[in-house]
Amino acid sequence: MSTVKLTVNGKAVAVDVEDRTLLVQLLRDHLNLTGTHVGCDTSQCGACVIHMDGKAIKSCTMLAGQADGASITTIEGIAKGDELHPMQAAFRDNHGLQCGYCTPGMIMSAIDIVHRYGGQLDEATVRHELEGNICRCTGYHNIVKAVLDAAGRMKVSQAAE
Amino acid sequence: MGVEGIGASVVRKEDKRFITGKGRYVDDIKLQGMTHAHFIRSPHAHAKVKGIDSSAALKMPGVVAVLTGQEIVDDKVGNLICGWAITSKDGSPMKMGAWPAMAPETVRFVGQAVAVVIAESKNLARDAAEAVVVNYEELPAVADVHAAIKSGAPQLHPEAPGNQVYDWVIGDEGATDAAFAKAANVVKLDVTNNRLAPNAMEPRAAIADYDAAEEHFTLYTTSQNPHVARLVLSAFYNIAPEHKLRVIAPDVGGGFGSKIFIYPEEMVALWASKKVGRPVKWTGDRTEAFLTDAHGRDHVTHAEMAFDANNKITGLKVKTYANFGAYMSLFSSSVPTYLYATLLSGQYNIPAIHAEVVGVYTNTTPVDAYRGAGRPEASYLIERLMETAARQLKVDPAALRRTNFITQFPHQTPVIMAYDTGDFNASLDAAMKAIDYAGFAGRKAKAKADGKLRGIGVSCYIEACGIAPSKAVGSLGAGVGLWESAEVRVNPVGTIEVLTGSHSHGQGHETTFCQLVAERLGVPISQVSIVHGDTDKVQFGMGTYGSRSAAVGLTAILKAMEKMESKAKKIAAHALEASEGDIVIENGEFKVAGTDKAIAFPMVALAAYTAHNLPDGMEPGLKESAFYDPTNFTFPAGTYICELEVDPGTGKTSFVNFVAADDFGRLINPMIVEGQVHGGLVQGIGQALLEHAIYDASGQPVTASFMDYAMPRADDVPSFNLSHTTTLCPGNPLGIKGCGEAGAIGASAAVINAITDAIGKNNLEMPATPDRVWRTIHAA
Repeated sequence: MSTVKLTVNGKAVAVDVEDRTLLVQLLRDHLNLTGTHVGCDTSQCGACVIHMDGKAIKSCTMLAGQADGASITTIEGIAKGDELHPMQAAFRDNHGLQCGYCTPGMIMSAIDIVHRYGGQLDEATVRHELEGNICRCTGYHNIVKAVLDAAGRMKVSQAAE
Repeated sequence: MGVEGIGASVVRKEDKRFITGKGRYVDDIKLQGMTHAHFIRSPHAHAKVKGIDSSAALKMPGVVAVLTGQEIVDDKVGNLICGWAITSKDGSPMKMGAWPAMAPETVRFVGQAVAVVIAESKNLARDAAEAVVVNYEELPAVADVHAAIKSGAPQLHPEAPGNQVYDWVIGDEGATDAAFAKAANVVKLDVTNNRLAPNAMEPRAAIADYDAAEEHFTLYTTSQNPHVARLVLSAFYNIAPEHKLRVIAPDVGGGFGSKIFIYPEEMVALWASKKVGRPVKWTGDRTEAFLTDAHGRDHVTHAEMAFDANNKITGLKVKTYANFGAYMSLFSSSVPTYLYATLLSGQYNIPAIHAEVVGVYTNTTPVDAYRGAGRPEASYLIERLMETAARQLKVDPAALRRTNFITQFPHQTPVIMAYDTGDFNASLDAAMKAIDYAGFAGRKAKAKADGKLRGIGVSCYIEACGIAPSKAVGSLGAGVGLWESAEVRVNPVGTIEVLTGSHSHGQGHETTFCQLVAERLGVPISQVSIVHGDTDKVQFGMGTYGSRSAAVGLTAILKAMEKMESKAKKIAAHALEASEGDIVIENGEFKVAGTDKAIAFPMVALAAYTAHNLPDGMEPGLKESAFYDPTNFTFPAGTYICELEVDPGTGKTSFVNFVAADDFGRLINPMIVEGQVHGGLVQGIGQALLEHAIYDASGQPVTASFMDYAMPRADDVPSFNLSHTTTLCPGNPLGIKGCGEAGAIGASAAVINAITDAIGKNNLEMPATPDRVWRTIHAA
């Protein structure tokens, strides 16, 4: 057992976990942040994507202990109160989700993509960058639309800040 | 149409919880005192279970119990059933082997459970499972259908000699033979419809909770049809009578057919929760999904089509071998028979059809309904045949289809189905226009100059949806009725709860079903809630599959609404001192037509519940229910055209354009309908280019993770150009046909027709991987 200290969605937490505990298990089982999902066992599907120190990572692919000292943001932590993150709003407005299971990982990956490209995205780039996130419902058509829409919205909201 | 009524692309009500991480899936639920199950599964495709030694595991920390197949048989938990009886051509019933929830004696596919460890945590259960020693005696196995029916093949079940489940026929063999005898041309084709793994993104999961004092079970499960689950668990598996079993299917992360069936894991969780006296949770991992979720497709077919001198089809002969895997899953028997062979007429006038289907056991994961279920196999076969015929007869493929289209409705096919309505020319025209079919030759020439092989492929699909009426499916062997139920509860303050037996696992019922209420009453959808997925709340229902939720489920809601409105009008007329026949409903008010006298709907509701001033003899309250059984299947149809390029140096396919023109009848929410089409198209494209659940000759699965099974990813597929043509379905009052499966049914033939057009060779099996395409291009 080890104590892992983290900042999760802005709150400091200390959790005692077995050393083999994965970061996604810490979030889901110990902190009850069940918005982060597990869709495979091989780091392929991306349902577990979160942000660690500002970068998108697959939380099923690292031990909780490896995240000691890190700042974690999950799907539960990106809206400002009732105000949705522009990526969340774009997924809703473009019907970029159906069953919702891949959605948290998609949104967290997509925010990172927009940040990395400074909002300068086209369809081919979005499709290439989403390679690590599998969706079985939407056929990706509306997810791609949502990410491109959000890229515009995020530029506007950054400019406003 | 109001802003939230029928035909409006209303943004989904359910989205807020999903985009904020507040969805509630089965694995998100924790119960007090909950234990965790881990199944011990066979590594062999076929073996005798000679013994299970759990003594070491039972001494490990946190282990509550290790339970075996023999114990579940001893406790008289029923064997898994197949709910659709099929009769062979010799009059004998289908031949089924027994399928216990965990195998006591013999395992017949890799992944079949033999025992389960119950422990304090998931990790401890997994640790202990490694310490359970199962002594297997390996037996010869067979995975391929043709190998399985050869004499001397390993035999799976003593009940099914020769591994044959049934040999079933449909149509008029004599008339078909006569058509072939007179044919001017005969086109022949051999087709394999590749086995697929459904892969809903949420793995299956179950939590069972037994209350000993009440002798009552609660099951949280990833189900598309919780009431059917309760019925089967009660009536056939002896878990508990229905009133002592509550089944809850909360948010479910996709189904595509694979979550229709009641699986061994749910049965074991329920049984084990009573045995250990604590809640038991099981959440599958992805490899367990590949090994145990029912697979789809897996047909091997030889077909011949006869034409007269005017290129009119005169006959069709089909022989299909359907691989059922090691056991008959819940609706498996119906898929290659009544959901497949009854659609073999496609969109065409075919005077004589004869089809024979041989169902075969193999040492592989059971096969059952997967998005489209039988209809993709039929549509793929017909549309590959039409393309092959056009090439052989040297006519334009679109023109050959047009020559043979059914244009008069209703149309009785020779294979049971009676198409009610449609306009196949309209959808073909729309798709050809959208893709600029006329300009294709120029584009092909230009691509050739750039060193690329460009092809175009047409697919004109038709499907039978709704999966109803009950009387019809009953006469064909179904063990259940296929109606739907609904209840409309108006609260005293005028808000409305609609209870439905349909289940949403991505389809957006919480929005579209509200839109009907908004359309009829003129109230905002925020005043309406849709309740589904809990057998304690909704009385009964058949669930969601076969594109039936709108055509059947929503019509049931309409029927309940009509009853509720009729009573509300009486109350309003009484309050307004008007005649009931003069009351009209507009913008949330009940008005006396042609006057300014009106009463708001919430006041009508309140009047119903205060009961101070109701018409004489009227019961208080405002709540109505309805069961709706349609008069026919519905027949969505359309045309998909795919244009693509193949790189002759690598065999890689790149999409240029993909157009879809669908006739779904009336659309409630076009945005949601288009989302269904997008998803279906990618599942069809996935089958055509990427996906294949492969077994080696010994029955070992080669593709049991996302590392090995190629799921379509965002950069494998194009964006789509969708349009709609509309003929209203006469079989239900809303005119809805259903849209959930069309994409998966029609897309794969369009892709393969386009690739084979591009490379100039007709024989190409799915999935058309770059390797396979390259080899086909360069084959002698």
